Amino acid sequence: MFDKYLINAASLRNTGPADAPTGFAFEAKLGYYRGLGLSMIEKLDVSIDGEPLAREAVRFDEGGGRTGGALTLDEMELAYDRRWPFGTPATILVDYPGGFPAGEHELTLLQQLRVSYLPFPSINTDRKTVSI
Amino acid sequence: MSKIERGVSLYSFQEEMFLGRMSVEDVVTFAASIGAPGIEILPEQNMPTFPNITDAQLGEWQDMLARHGAHFTCYDMFLDTKLRKGEVLSDEEQVESIRRDLVLCNRLGIRNMRVLIFVRPDILEKCVPYAEQLDVHMGVEVHAPWHLEHAWILRTIDVADRLGTRHLGILPDMGVFMKHYPPEFRARFERQGARPEIAQFIVDQHEQKIMCEYTIYEVAVKMGGNKAEIAMAETLRHAPYANPRRIKDYAPYFRHIQAKFYGMTQDCTDPTIAYDEVIPELVKCGWEGTLSSEYEGNRWIQDVEEVDSREQVRRQHVMFENLIAKAESRLEIA
Repeated sequence: MFDKYLINAASLRNTGPADAPTGFAFEAKLGYYRGLGLSMIEKLDVSIDGEPLAREAVRFDEGGGRTGGALTLDEMELAYDRRWPFGTPATILVDYPGGFPAGEHELTLLQQLRVSYLPFPSINTDRKTVSI
Repeated sequence: MSKIERGVSLYSFQEEMFLGRMSVEDVVTFAASIGAPGIEILPEQNMPTFPNITDAQLGEWQDMLARHGAHFTCYDMFLDTKLRKGEVLSDEEQVESIRRDLVLCNRLGIRNMRVLIFVRPDILEKCVPYAEQLDVHMGVEVHAPWHLEHAWILRTIDVADRLGTRHLGILPDMGVFMKHYPPEFRARFERQGARPEIAQFIVDQHEQKIMCEYTIYEVAVKMGGNKAEIAMAETLRHAPYANPRRIKDYAPYFRHIQAKFYGMTQDCTDPTIAYDEVIPELVKCGWEGTLSSEYEGNRWIQDVEEVDSREQVRRQHVMFENLIAKAESRLEIA
């Protein structure tokens, strides 16, 4: 319902030392008309130019001044008391030595949600050509 | 004077609110300006700190509504039975989650709660004592492809009858009265590659109320339909046209209506949902409650045009005013 609005392209930035980035990060919203508990977010798949990155390389931080910091996706599945609120950007952090590749590339984010009233997982995908 | 009140669900403005272009207060201001001051809230959408809501926050909500001459009508609950991967919440946990919502609903001063249709009737039965104590009507959402007389819905009505409670019933979503295929759906599928002649075939089949599986097979197998055409045919599984004349039989079981729509024409008619048949039935049986706009057209048009939920909701309320007035004058003459 909101697929094309998930990735905030302008938020893309490298992380780690400026001269030797260790990864990149971007802001994203949850593709759902309500907020959802983090334990029900099964996948946040990130791809560059169609190449999927490892699940372990992705971390999530919903922000909001909370202590505890970013979660791995496996940790997220056990975060029963934390939520990703509706329409609110969260930070997706990706380990990627060297940082986001130079020039324009296609960045894809796939969210797989476990929505209790649906018989199947809810899958939302945004694909944007971005550069730093 | 009509007993039917008009309102809006905050759901209707999901596009603008998601994008940060409208705040909840913007919606409330707008709703009041079109004579639809009844506000249906989705706490899990509109209250970022859900489920932790302080009394101070409740006070801010009530002050804000009062400033605009608006009031709450309905609380849309959710139930995360799949909170934990690989297992379903126990019955006790489900009851406790619903009780949490009933308590918050009561703290907000709301007397109607929209219950998701998948919640089991026996779970709701266990919640009835809490609903009675907190004076909240639990209305199971009658949403397509279910309909008013679906056996799953009748189970809830049986429970309500057996308990003799006025705190359990239904809450119809007007999507069950889809008389004509939504032009917004058709246009979207055509943009995705559905050929106009196949799209017309699907629309014609729906118009004749041919059972959807015949159409899906025709399109997918006999016509060699492409992906968009098959997807369009499959939407027919969720496109029931229930009989509006049955409304009076079920009216005692509901106090709130989700007035679903996908798009209004410029002259303020709904090309899809049979409000011209539904509203006279509601007026005739003296139903009391709120018609709460639920605009769901954004996702069908956002690929080609700027979504303007305000204009869509405004047009729907022009239609409501006209249809209610017409039905009432007919009643007076008779």
